[in-house]
Amino acid sequence: MSEEKNAIEIKKMHKWYGDFHVLRDIDLTVKKGEIIVVCGPSGSGKSTLIRCINRLEEHQQGDIIVDGIELTNDVKKIDEVRREVGMCFQHFNLFPHLTILENCTLAPIWVRGTPKVEAEEIAMNFLEKVKIPEQAAKYPGQLSGGQQQRVAIARSLCMMPRIMLFDEPTSALDPEMIKEVLDVMTDLAKDGMTMIVVTHEMGFAKQVADRVIFMDVGQIIEENTPHEFFDNPQNERTKLFLSQILH
Amino acid sequence: MSEQTREYPVGESPELPAPNHQPGAVKWVMENLFSSIPNGIVTILGLAFLYMVIPPFIQWAFIDSVVLGAESRQECNAINPDGACWAFIYRRWDQFVYGFYPADERWRVNISFILVAIIVAIALVERLRAIKGIIWVALALVVACIILIVGFFGLERVPTNKFGGFMLTLIIGLTGIFASLPIGIVLALSRLSTLPIFSIFATIFIEFIRGVPLITLLFIASTLLSYFLPPGTNFDLLVRVLIMVTLFSAAYLAEVIRGGLAAIPRGQYEAADALGLSYWKSMRLVILPQALKISIPGIVSSFIGLFKDTTLVLIIGLLDPLGIGQAAIADVKWIALSNELYVFIAIFFFIFCFSMSRYSLYLERKLHTGH
Ligand SMILES: Nc1ncnc2c1ncn2[C@@H]1O[C@H](COP(=O)(O)OP(=O)(O)O)[C@@H](O)[C@H]1O
Ligand SMILES: [Mg+2]
Repeated sequence: MSEEKNAIEIKKMHKWYGDFHVLRDIDLTVKKGEIIVVCGPSGSGKSTLIRCINRLEEHQQGDIIVDGIELTNDVKKIDEVRREVGMCFQHFNLFPHLTILENCTLAPIWVRGTPKVEAEEIAMNFLEKVKIPEQAAKYPGQLSGGQQQRVAIARSLCMMPRIMLFDEPTSALDPEMIKEVLDVMTDLAKDGMTMIVVTHEMGFAKQVADRVIFMDVGQIIEENTPHEFFDNPQNERTKLFLSQILH
Repeated sequence: MSEQTREYPVGESPELPAPNHQPGAVKWVMENLFSSIPNGIVTILGLAFLYMVIPPFIQWAFIDSVVLGAESRQECNAINPDGACWAFIYRRWDQFVYGFYPADERWRVNISFILVAIIVAIALVERLRAIKGIIWVALALVVACIILIVGFFGLERVPTNKFGGFMLTLIIGLTGIFASLPIGIVLALSRLSTLPIFSIFATIFIEFIRGVPLITLLFIASTLLSYFLPPGTNFDLLVRVLIMVTLFSAAYLAEVIRGGLAAIPRGQYEAADALGLSYWKSMRLVILPQALKISIPGIVSSFIGLFKDTTLVLIIGLLDPLGIGQAAIADVKWIALSNELYVFIAIFFFIFCFSMSRYSLYLERKLHTGH
């Protein structure tokens, strides 16, 4: 463990897609063990922001420091960061040609060099944690959406990340499957994982988030504790947004 | 809606067997062959055509044919003038198989074939991780070539211009297939590379090779290349042909595989990146297995094309089965037996190409994981 107090520090960060200024002057510090929920209208740059944290997207200005490592073009450092940061996607992105177990052991074996037997043991542990050990031999195509997303979470956890990023993990799921995924994420939060979660699940945000961040047109507009955020929003745009998602 | 199910209270509708979908033969015929008047007419015309073609062919190829006991076309005619003179194939069999490989050394060819056949069979059935399989087959081919050309301890060295017949077809076909697959993969990846040097080189290479007929490349291999090589170098013609055939096939494969790569969703690349897999590992473990699976039909079509194109080497003087056969039917003893010759060669190619086609279907089914 490094001595760093902060898991993630983003300072005066800007990003452009071509001429399009997608992230503007982002400042965000995430302490170890903190749970941050990010919300905001579609196209406001939420995905782009969290994808910058593990360098799926490159930022052009400012600094991003993850677990004490500054993200630059240095491939070694990018690899180091990616080993520490797990990510779950809206569409799960499991590897369809591999079984559930193989999905979970692939990165530990090939990135960390974990022996296969050990990697399988670790994988089974995490599959138990997400409550689907009995599906280990199946292929992703044979699982429901909720099960697939839980496998995706287990797959990330197998790399023993210190930080987990979630990009709308439940928005591609049928309503009855949302809870099973949120339950797994809640457990994870209780275990002390540092998490940044893009979601519009307000129940989840109220229950586990330390802070809620509201983004619009590439900026962080408002940042507050969940209760203040939902019950007493300051910004006009936040109010409008909340009124839309809460009906 | 069915009135019947309403008789049961909610939730107590019994499970009923599926309607019977196994009609009898007559029903099948009526439904599939005579379902309408035009359909019936087509069926009758088709049957008439088959009746006109198949019985005479069977008569010619099997019933009236002569296999043993004839030493020339005349003797065939004397026994039965209406049938196929398979005696021609029978007498020339060794030449069709081995070309002009010295008769006493032909066991070396047999050993090589058996070796390669075993390794290829294992690679195909086991589907060793693609790369391992290719390496094993490549090794087997190299060993086979050493046995064929140099032999071991004190065996006679056989120059490659003695190679011919099906042996030559198989050498060119198999080498082309197994060497072009890795090259095609690398070309496809290069073409998609974000580094311009790679993508430009790959694009030029692929477009050039695809834009030129194989025949032309073979001529370049046989004649033009000598001008570029330092004088006095004796660069084996067969090796030059192998290189050209491999490059030709690789260019086509590259495009087929590129199509497969394009079909892989971005999310797969991102998930691999997010897990920390390096470019090569993510290609090898995540992207290529999926892309190659999608490309199987295209890859196999390309291999079948390559296998048949090996007959073109005839034009630069290598004696593939067609070359051997053309020489054979110029012989006064067997003069002009072209029907027998081409039917025979057609059967040989059909067996190989059809096997490849079936294998590709088997592989597709085996790799299907339900998505
Ligand atoms: N690869 C890209 N190239 C160009 N524009 C993009 C790209 N990805 C996203 N964008 C644009 O950037 C903006 C922010 O996208 P995104 O971060 O996905 O928003 P959110 O996740 O908040 O819905 C959107 O307007 C989107 O159209
Ligand atoms: Mg998004």
